[in-house]
Amino acid sequence: MALLEVRDLSVRFVRKSEPTVSAVDGVSFDVHPGSTVGLVGESGCGKSVTSLAIMGLLPGRGTEVTGSVNLEGSELLRLSRREFDRRRGKDLGMVFQDPLTSLNPVVPIGLQISEVIERHRGLSRRDASREAAKLLERVGIPDPDRRLKEYSHQLSGGMRQRALIAMALACEPRLLIADEPTTALDVTIQAQILTLLKELVAETGTALIMITHDLGVVAGMCDEVNVLYAGRIVERAQRHELFSQPRHPYTAGLMASVPRLDSPRGQRLAPIEGSVADNIPWEGGCAFSPRCGNALAVCRERAPELETVEQGRLLRCHNPIGAAEMERAHD
Amino acid sequence: MLRYTVRRLGQLLIVTVVLSVLLFGWLRALPGGPVSALLGERATEESRARLVQQLGLDQPLYVQYWKFVQRAITGDFGVSTGVQPGTPAMEVFLQRMPATLELSVLALLLAVAVGIPLGYFAARRQGGWLDNLSITWSLIGVAVPVFFLAFLLKYVFAIEFGVLPASGRQAAGIDATHATGFFVLDGVLTTEWDAAWNALIHLLLPAIALSTIPFAVIFRLTRASVLDVVEEDYVRTARSKGLGAMVVRGRHILRNAMLPVVTTIGLQTGALLSGAVLTEQVFNIPGIGQALSLGFQRQDYAVLQVVILATAMVYVLVNLLVDLAYAAIDPRLRTR
Repeated sequence: MALLEVRDLSVRFVRKSEPTVSAVDGVSFDVHPGSTVGLVGESGCGKSVTSLAIMGLLPGRGTEVTGSVNLEGSELLRLSRREFDRRRGKDLGMVFQDPLTSLNPVVPIGLQISEVIERHRGLSRRDASREAAKLLERVGIPDPDRRLKEYSHQLSGGMRQRALIAMALACEPRLLIADEPTTALDVTIQAQILTLLKELVAETGTALIMITHDLGVVAGMCDEVNVLYAGRIVERAQRHELFSQPRHPYTAGLMASVPRLDSPRGQRLAPIEGSVADNIPWEGGCAFSPRCGNALAVCRERAPELETVEQGRLLRCHNPIGAAEMERAHD
Repeated sequence: MLRYTVRRLGQLLIVTVVLSVLLFGWLRALPGGPVSALLGERATEESRARLVQQLGLDQPLYVQYWKFVQRAITGDFGVSTGVQPGTPAMEVFLQRMPATLELSVLALLLAVAVGIPLGYFAARRQGGWLDNLSITWSLIGVAVPVFFLAFLLKYVFAIEFGVLPASGRQAAGIDATHATGFFVLDGVLTTEWDAAWNALIHLLLPAIALSTIPFAVIFRLTRASVLDVVEEDYVRTARSKGLGAMVVRGRHILRNAMLPVVTTIGLQTGALLSGAVLTEQVFNIPGIGQALSLGFQRQDYAVLQVVILATAMVYVLVNLLVDLAYAAIDPRLRTR
């Protein structure tokens, strides 16, 4: 059985004076214990909103969340705020994008870690603080006893993110959500943080939802990848299948826009034309069709459904890449 | 931190010197003067001349100022001519200061104790009835002149309903020992509880009147600041850890939201001291506010100088303390 089952999750932002925005539109996926699932897409595709909806961290007012988020048999979307507070930090933790703004500037790092332990593991302040020191050491922060008393502005960017990871993993949650955990960091630090996350996840058996726009991160970490576009999953596949043969034109576009060491010198990167702003609503056809090189007439009339095209691969496209070749192979 | 404090104290010295020069010249530029105020309009030329000479007002301004500085360094600010004729101005100030301090501190406590929680809850239920009600209330608090509100409170609670005393610091019939001059404190220290209680209820109406402006400012700033902080990423982090509402509220929202509010509280001492002038008049409280207004009416140079200078120093000192407190709350200022 899956650890987390997300079914038909939709998030709509309803504002009085503005038109309703549908940020996430019927997203379903499973996360199995100990596995790493990627949610990939450009800014505005709904990947962060999905994670905040799972964590119950979306603002209550002006937000409509429908569908189901089931963690180990309990329906998270139906929990009261108080009940949710007893689960958050204990059964599911989250690491955020910007470690500087995500840490409280006026509370020592140690207290920010030990408060989770105090809350969920029922330890005294002193014992929790000792645990916090162990955690800091485990996430690779040297001299943890000194760092406990320091504030976020005294730490480097990498150390801040390590501290945030320590907080999220303090109670060994079954599920960890990492929302672009390396975007705000230097490239060298990025690699360290990803390695750390990978190690910790393997050690503790925590399942991980990795949210990123960076296919490099996906390639290094994820077992299964969901590609999101305009609030819907457009392609899902195991990592190897996805990289060896992307089927959705958007996935292929994302891959073509990543620089590769083995590409010939002087070859230009191929960005995806247009931007998310060119999207059409799914009701009027495929949201990606205005930017899509493979678009057919049908793409602008009718939105494609998410269909299983082969074992372990889902696709939402009228004219996927390689369709012609496949038909030829069939004949 | 020490260097910072010393530098700020140096600034205090400069403020005091510059203010004393300005004040000295400005008081003497006002029409009239202590002689007319003391002797009235029908005094003879000789008696005027004698008094002018006695007070040293016939000498050039810079000589007068120099003499003033020389004496002021030793704590002698001259003798009151109008407020309490014959009493040293410093003594007038020291006698009256406790009344004003008591009033201001209570008013500030009221403003903080009501303004901060109300600001927090108004922000958390933005647009709700509590929010709208408090905003309206704080607007009225700023817009209605202090003396008008003071009269209104006095009329309703002291005269119409008679539940609170209308004026003074303590009922005349009460047998109270006054050791420090702070009547509430005196009552507590000597365990004369009835005296302390009596002094406190005398303070209540004037303190409420005086607290309206600081309350409004503190309330509005707390509200705005909480609205900002709630949006911060670290509050989301705190929620993601499933911390209880109390911890999120106190440790993560309020501790950050209080930073700008603390600064404002220091600046409010100015509003309190100027408000005290009017409130003390209405409620007939013998504080420095009353000394100031009497001093102006009677052109009492000595009392005006000591009161205004001391008030300015209090203002600067309070703000220094506030800035030091700020560093204690915000670790980012400590290490820089």
